[in-house]
Amino acid sequence: MLRCTLSRISPAIARMPACFYSAAAIPAPSTQPPVHFNKLFINNEWHDSVSKKTFPTINPTTGEVICQVAEGDKGDVDKAVKAAKDAFRLGSPWRRMDASDRGLLLNRLADRIEQDAAYLAELETLDNGKPYAVAYSVDLPHVVKCFRYYAGWADKWEGKTIPIDGDYFCYTRHEPIGVCGQIIPWNFPLLMQAWKLGPALATGNTVVMKVAEQTPLTALYVAHLIKEVGFPAGVVNIISGMGPTAGAAITSHMDVDKVAFTGSTEVGHLIQQASGSSNLKKVTLELGGKSPNIIMSDANMDEAVEQAHFALFFNQGQCCCAGSRTFVQESIYKEFVERSVERAKRRVVGDPFNLSTEQGPQVDEEQFQKILGYISSGKREGAKLMCGGGVAADRGYFIQPTIFGDVQDDMTIAREEIFGPVMQILKFKTIEEVVERANDTKYGLAAAVFTKDIEKAHYISGSLRAGTVWINCYDVFGVQAPFGGYKASGNGRELGEYGLDNYTEVKTVTIKVPQKNS
Amino acid sequence: MLVKRLHWMMSVVDVDEQAVGESLSLCKENQQHTMSKESSDGRYNGNKRAPASVDTGLPVPVSDLKIEYTKIFINNDWHNSSCGRRIPVYNPATGELICEVEEGDKEDIDKAVKFARQAFQLGSPWRQMDASGRGRLLDELADLVERDRQILATLEAIDSGKLFLTAYYADLIGTIKTLRYYAGWADKIQGKTIPVDGEYFTFTRHEPIGVCGQIIPWNFPLLMFTWKIAPALCCGNTVVIKPAEQTPLSALHMAALIKEAGFPAGVVNVVPGYGPTAGHAIAHHMDIDKVAFTGSTNVGKLIKKAAGDSNLKRVTLELGGKSPNIVFADCDLEHAVEQAHHGLFFNQGQCCIAGSRVFVEEPIYEEFVRRSVERAKRRVLGNPLVPGVDQGPQIDKKQFDKILELIESGKRDGAKLECGGRAWGQKGLFIQPTVFSDVTDDMRIAKEEIFGPVQQIMKFSSTEEVIKRANNTQYGLAAGLFTNDLNKALTISSALQAGTVWVNCYGAVSSQCPFGGYKMSGNGREMGEYGLEEYTEVKTVTIKIPQKNS
Repeated sequence: MLRCTLSRISPAIARMPACFYSAAAIPAPSTQPPVHFNKLFINNEWHDSVSKKTFPTINPTTGEVICQVAEGDKGDVDKAVKAAKDAFRLGSPWRRMDASDRGLLLNRLADRIEQDAAYLAELETLDNGKPYAVAYSVDLPHVVKCFRYYAGWADKWEGKTIPIDGDYFCYTRHEPIGVCGQIIPWNFPLLMQAWKLGPALATGNTVVMKVAEQTPLTALYVAHLIKEVGFPAGVVNIISGMGPTAGAAITSHMDVDKVAFTGSTEVGHLIQQASGSSNLKKVTLELGGKSPNIIMSDANMDEAVEQAHFALFFNQGQCCCAGSRTFVQESIYKEFVERSVERAKRRVVGDPFNLSTEQGPQVDEEQFQKILGYISSGKREGAKLMCGGGVAADRGYFIQPTIFGDVQDDMTIAREEIFGPVMQILKFKTIEEVVERANDTKYGLAAAVFTKDIEKAHYISGSLRAGTVWINCYDVFGVQAPFGGYKASGNGRELGEYGLDNYTEVKTVTIKVPQKNS
Repeated sequence: MLVKRLHWMMSVVDVDEQAVGESLSLCKENQQHTMSKESSDGRYNGNKRAPASVDTGLPVPVSDLKIEYTKIFINNDWHNSSCGRRIPVYNPATGELICEVEEGDKEDIDKAVKFARQAFQLGSPWRQMDASGRGRLLDELADLVERDRQILATLEAIDSGKLFLTAYYADLIGTIKTLRYYAGWADKIQGKTIPVDGEYFTFTRHEPIGVCGQIIPWNFPLLMFTWKIAPALCCGNTVVIKPAEQTPLSALHMAALIKEAGFPAGVVNVVPGYGPTAGHAIAHHMDIDKVAFTGSTNVGKLIKKAAGDSNLKRVTLELGGKSPNIVFADCDLEHAVEQAHHGLFFNQGQCCIAGSRVFVEEPIYEEFVRRSVERAKRRVLGNPLVPGVDQGPQIDKKQFDKILELIESGKRDGAKLECGGRAWGQKGLFIQPTVFSDVTDDMRIAKEEIFGPVQQIMKFSSTEEVIKRANNTQYGLAAGLFTNDLNKALTISSALQAGTVWVNCYGAVSSQCPFGGYKMSGNGREMGEYGLEEYTEVKTVTIKIPQKNS
């Protein structure tokens, strides 16, 4: 009984790399899940785009069109913002709702997603190409947990009463910011949606979300569930569309009070600029990374190899926090490279609906070409290609697990975000050296160190300029812990209690009193 | 449909005085609860709403309810009492025996503590569980309570004499919300990292205390059960809880739900029994790390002494009150009369927070008394299972006699009996709604907790005077204040020595707000984030590091 409860309530599987869980617990997927929703979701209704335009969403496993989806543009964003603003007006059902009831709605959304987890995982795999086993065992449980976690915060986000000088009574109210624009990427479509919606809705905001044009399908299904569980109309609006049109309309909109973006650093710059040239909307950004993963010679070799492999190759290498600079201490460098190559060669690439597949296709043609370009540059600039390096199938966007050894800090593959299954291994001698090299990047999203030495662990974790540091582990995401970037990897933090700050305006209320007493 | 339902809910509120007591906003809560339900999926809608009466549309009690659980709940199993005795459980509305429940004594407490300790061992399923997993279990328990809402409300009504509709709306909603609230906290009880001086890295862990003994009263049996177990479990403790001997039934039903939800064995143990035996055993136990008690101030003292005599267990106490309710001439009189009425008469006057000293400003005193008496006379007494009834019986003969005795003292001491003053009806422990005016501060009825339907009204003339008089009591649980003047509201709310102050409302208790007493009304706070502190040990861990950097 307990066993069953435990696995039901806390799928420990979600914490493990893809290779660790057995396929036995995963229901056999339908490889052709039906698509129920392909329009814009505004004010709890489904709309064609104003322009009537649509765009195709592609199955990256085959390169074939799955279906056409309504293409939102400025006119649609305007409509959505109007609905969101109306849902946020004083006296609206959403504004008057008890905070605990916002929590209840989020909990119900989690329940419904959990109920349809298998279908959502199928749809995610179809649209994004990630292995179904991963979508079902990692993405979906994290999505459910994220909504549940923020459900709990809704009535616990407390203001303060403050002992100011003078005969005054002073308190703060934590108020929602208002209409939040949210622009999410294609690498974890459902999870990024949950990360964005959870804190925004728990704190009482309304949302206009643009989903990535590569992967609009699961977000639209969740929109349907949002309506079903009873969120008032206009609280969540979801627009499928392109960055330069729909995305730009959100970022420069004068009635959007806040924008949150997850994606490339390049676009992050545009978002900040748009805020500056429009209404100075609040901005949070989760951007790119080139995260160092430091393997000290005293590390447990088996674990370090496996975790470093997972850190890079997980999700086809399409992770902003991918450990894409693996620094290995000199004395174990050779063995580490050998074993990493051996591990990468064992990686099962293929049909993402096959339960034993570890690696599916890249998300689209553009990414596919870009990654192949980086691989060429690595060869050209003198890195040593240890394995892979080519295309892995005759159709779809599959790339062989690739490892470069002898990578130097100035090579393009050591400086730019590849976002693909390409691992860079670098050699180092001393702690001081590796800390300096690890920090020598414009990015600062994540980092890891593998060592058994408590002093090294503390010194390195304290010294790295990164928003997240993992020690003897990698990619451990708890919804309870904040995530975000130093430097050009972002602004602000998502998840955890910290994540609430980004969706809150603090109001100080001061009242004159006749006489103060402690 | 929605609008119709809102009206329906409001009419329930009117009929049953739901706006009272638990929360002024209860009526709104109910509406919203219903509102969000309205649009939810089948899983939430379908089987969780109680069958309603065809005539009134109101939920109805379960007819011919079978009492399923009458034994001691230890380690997720049902046990007979070691001493072989049983507690007779009566329906106070009729005086009839409902059933007998196994009576726990010291040996049973020892057994329960043993299993609670075992469930708390390092490496146990409960200790190893993710915090979010504890939250899920509490959420599941809330779902089960929602499923059994009608059964639990019926049990509560026949066992304690409170109105079925009050139980259904106030107690049950309070219970469900409390479970959901603390479910959310489980993975948000965060330690800190602390910038200590020197080459150190320091962090705190918020750890559960261990085995918690919990002793609860009979006035809100289910709600008090939940107020105690929810924060304790949310923080990861294990529990040995003793429900009141008068009202063990809803707690035992909860035990069954706790097992059904999937809590590991030994995490919650429910031992019905009497204070001087089972309660005493908890308070003195050397292997109980913390005790939480809600009840009288007299027993509160015994609990604290027992902690001193035994293992210095941590103690939280929620005790009696003689709460002032201050009504200024500038208030909305009609609203104040109604709130003061509910502030005292809710739950047959059996509330620790009852506004039992109503201080009324001189210019409106007479009018206030006149209207309060008129309001009290409109109160309908009768069968608590029937809609339209405002007041059920007192809990037991002992309380009944005590209340009548205090009413006599009021007359003797010279207070003016405006209405009521006597027992009511042919059977059952009913007391007429009673109002005394011209009460002075030195009378017994102005100083002692009556815990019955007896309202004391006093006159005052200045703010300074009323603050002084309101604070002139050993108690400090709650206070109310009715005024439209912002300055008065802030000045007086600061000046009152009470753990809770309500302004222009009374009894607005919620899971999010801390609740507890100043002075001899208690130690510590329950509910809200503050409530977590009472179930947490903080551990400081300091690690030497080679070099510190900011």
